[in-house]
Amino acid sequence: MTPTAGTIDKNEYFFGHKACAGCGGSLTVRIALKILGPRAVAVLPAGCMSAVGFNFPQLAFLNNAIISTFAGTASMMTGLEAGLRARGERDCTVVGFAGDGGTADIGLQALSGALDRGDNILYICYDNEAYMNTGVQKSGLTPFGARTTTTPAGARVRGNVREKKNMLRIVAAHGAPYAATASVGYLDDYMRKVQKAAGLRGVKYLHVLAPCPTGWGIASDETVEVAKEAVDCGLFPLYEYEGGAFRQTVAPKGGSIERHLRRQRRFQHLTDEDIAHITVRRASET
Amino acid sequence: MNDGCAQRAFLSGNEAFACGVRLAGPKVISAYPITPQTVVVERLSEMVEDGSLAAEFIHVESEHSALSCAMGACAAGVRTFTATSSQGLLYMAECLPYAAGGRFPIVMMNANRAVALPWNIYGDQSDALSQLACGWIQAYAQSAQEGLDMVLLAYYTAEHPAVRTPFMVNLDGFHLTHTYEVVDIPARADAEAFLPPFETDNRVDFDEPKNMAFSAGPGHCAVFKYKQHAAVLRARAVVAEAEERFARTFGRRYTGLVENYMTQDAEYVLVTLGAVAGLCRDVAAQLRRAGVKAGVVRIRYMRPFPDAELTAALESARAVAVLEKDISPGRAGAVFSEVLGVLAGRPALGAVGGLGGEDIAARDVHAIFDRLRAGETGVYFIGIGGVTI
Repeated sequence: MTPTAGTIDKNEYFFGHKACAGCGGSLTVRIALKILGPRAVAVLPAGCMSAVGFNFPQLAFLNNAIISTFAGTASMMTGLEAGLRARGERDCTVVGFAGDGGTADIGLQALSGALDRGDNILYICYDNEAYMNTGVQKSGLTPFGARTTTTPAGARVRGNVREKKNMLRIVAAHGAPYAATASVGYLDDYMRKVQKAAGLRGVKYLHVLAPCPTGWGIASDETVEVAKEAVDCGLFPLYEYEGGAFRQTVAPKGGSIERHLRRQRRFQHLTDEDIAHITVRRASET
Repeated sequence: MNDGCAQRAFLSGNEAFACGVRLAGPKVISAYPITPQTVVVERLSEMVEDGSLAAEFIHVESEHSALSCAMGACAAGVRTFTATSSQGLLYMAECLPYAAGGRFPIVMMNANRAVALPWNIYGDQSDALSQLACGWIQAYAQSAQEGLDMVLLAYYTAEHPAVRTPFMVNLDGFHLTHTYEVVDIPARADAEAFLPPFETDNRVDFDEPKNMAFSAGPGHCAVFKYKQHAAVLRARAVVAEAEERFARTFGRRYTGLVENYMTQDAEYVLVTLGAVAGLCRDVAAQLRRAGVKAGVVRIRYMRPFPDAELTAALESARAVAVLEKDISPGRAGAVFSEVLGVLAGRPALGAVGGLGGEDIAARDVHAIFDRLRAGETGVYFIGIGGVTI
């Protein structure tokens, strides 16, 4: 049974950290650890969640947790899983929480290696769509049109000119037993996927849309709403990949792409043509 | 080779090293192939396959992942091993101080090899000597036997509660990794008697959860670095303790951070490291017969650095030369720079040789002593000369 607001673990496993108000990434970590419980071993590479959670002596994880190198999330998870198994530890989950840059850019090679080996790990990417920890620079998962500090919006170039990498397809192409997208706007769907993934063997991959008020230019109380809206307007569909097939897990309720984009400061420079382009792209993806 | 009894075998340096690793019994091995390290990981793979080594061999996709994976396994509390060389060592370089700072006592074999550019697969010491500041203990073997024995000594020292620091054992690429000699392989029971099981509280613990590999700001960072430095310095005493215990268990005695040859009254001393030391001793012996008071110091450990041992060994020296297979362009070889610190201003000559696998012949070593006796100082390349600009 997937927990509800009433039945979810009341213990906090990630608290007292220094994340910004309204941080989607910290919500991703907090909720996953409530599902996985005290026998989860968390690996976090350099990035927002390690930066806010591991400041000696203020250590914010109730679970066993470790910072990996930026590129080494998946490889450190592999070693931990093998080591714990060698010690005879059972019923524990090695879970990784890496950002979009740590996953789709610098950590992609190590993730590919783990997928190739079929290691028994749960890899969760909290995707806030840029290098937020270092001050909002473009990553391989920054969407088309987004203004970041390295893709400024000016007269000649209007923000990021490239599309997001499709991590779900990249992971699926490795033959992963389970991969899914999720959103902090749909926590019930996310919790169900975490729970399901934890019960499977092999590399399980969850890709979670986790808005960043600071980098996206939204109010700190809009995180969940914007994350929900991204799903509903069709820009971030919620899928599950299992047994070689993709399945949509949440039917989008509909909604204006333009309204969704224009409320975010990072997209405010977009022209009508840009929004039309994004809308057409959305249609061809789904 | 699998019956667990002591025996003698004709082995290459890599093969002997793999036998040493099997005796140490790591639970997790993560490695990526690179010449000339490959044979050690091939043998270990075979040992895992044939059941004579109860370890998991993890086929990582890079050296960076090799050490990252080893850190993960070590953080889970099990003994781990990896091996690399040259470009691989540099590719994993980010993980080197990480493992040291995390106090993960991983043992790694490094097959010393030249560093690109130019591309060159042959032996020199540029790779490891570029990483002296990474926080690892660094030892250099001169024979396959010493390499095998150093595996056990390395785990003993690295895992010792007073040290808890990763340990890099260096074997000269090809000169040592690929040459064969008769090697004594200890009995498994003796190895187990020598090397206690790996115990640490610096690991994942479900009863007392840990947050590991954390950040530390300006107020705390230096304290952790200080403790690392102190731990590596404490390794001096632990190396001595390990070697004494080793001698009692196996009957082979090593000599600590350095190995001296006729240094007691030597006026001209050549300091070197690795497999070339044997040749240097031969030349020194010839010079002695000719009435020249020559001596040789073989550095066995670059970290901790043998300051006191060198000071003692060089007490009677009028001039000191260093022979090493690396160059830090714009300065000198790394060993030369370090040895200068104990010479108290005495004349010093740096001989850079063996780069990219170039042979070092007896005449080259004679020439070092000749130059030293002629009062030459500074740095020169064997076969080329001093740099003129």
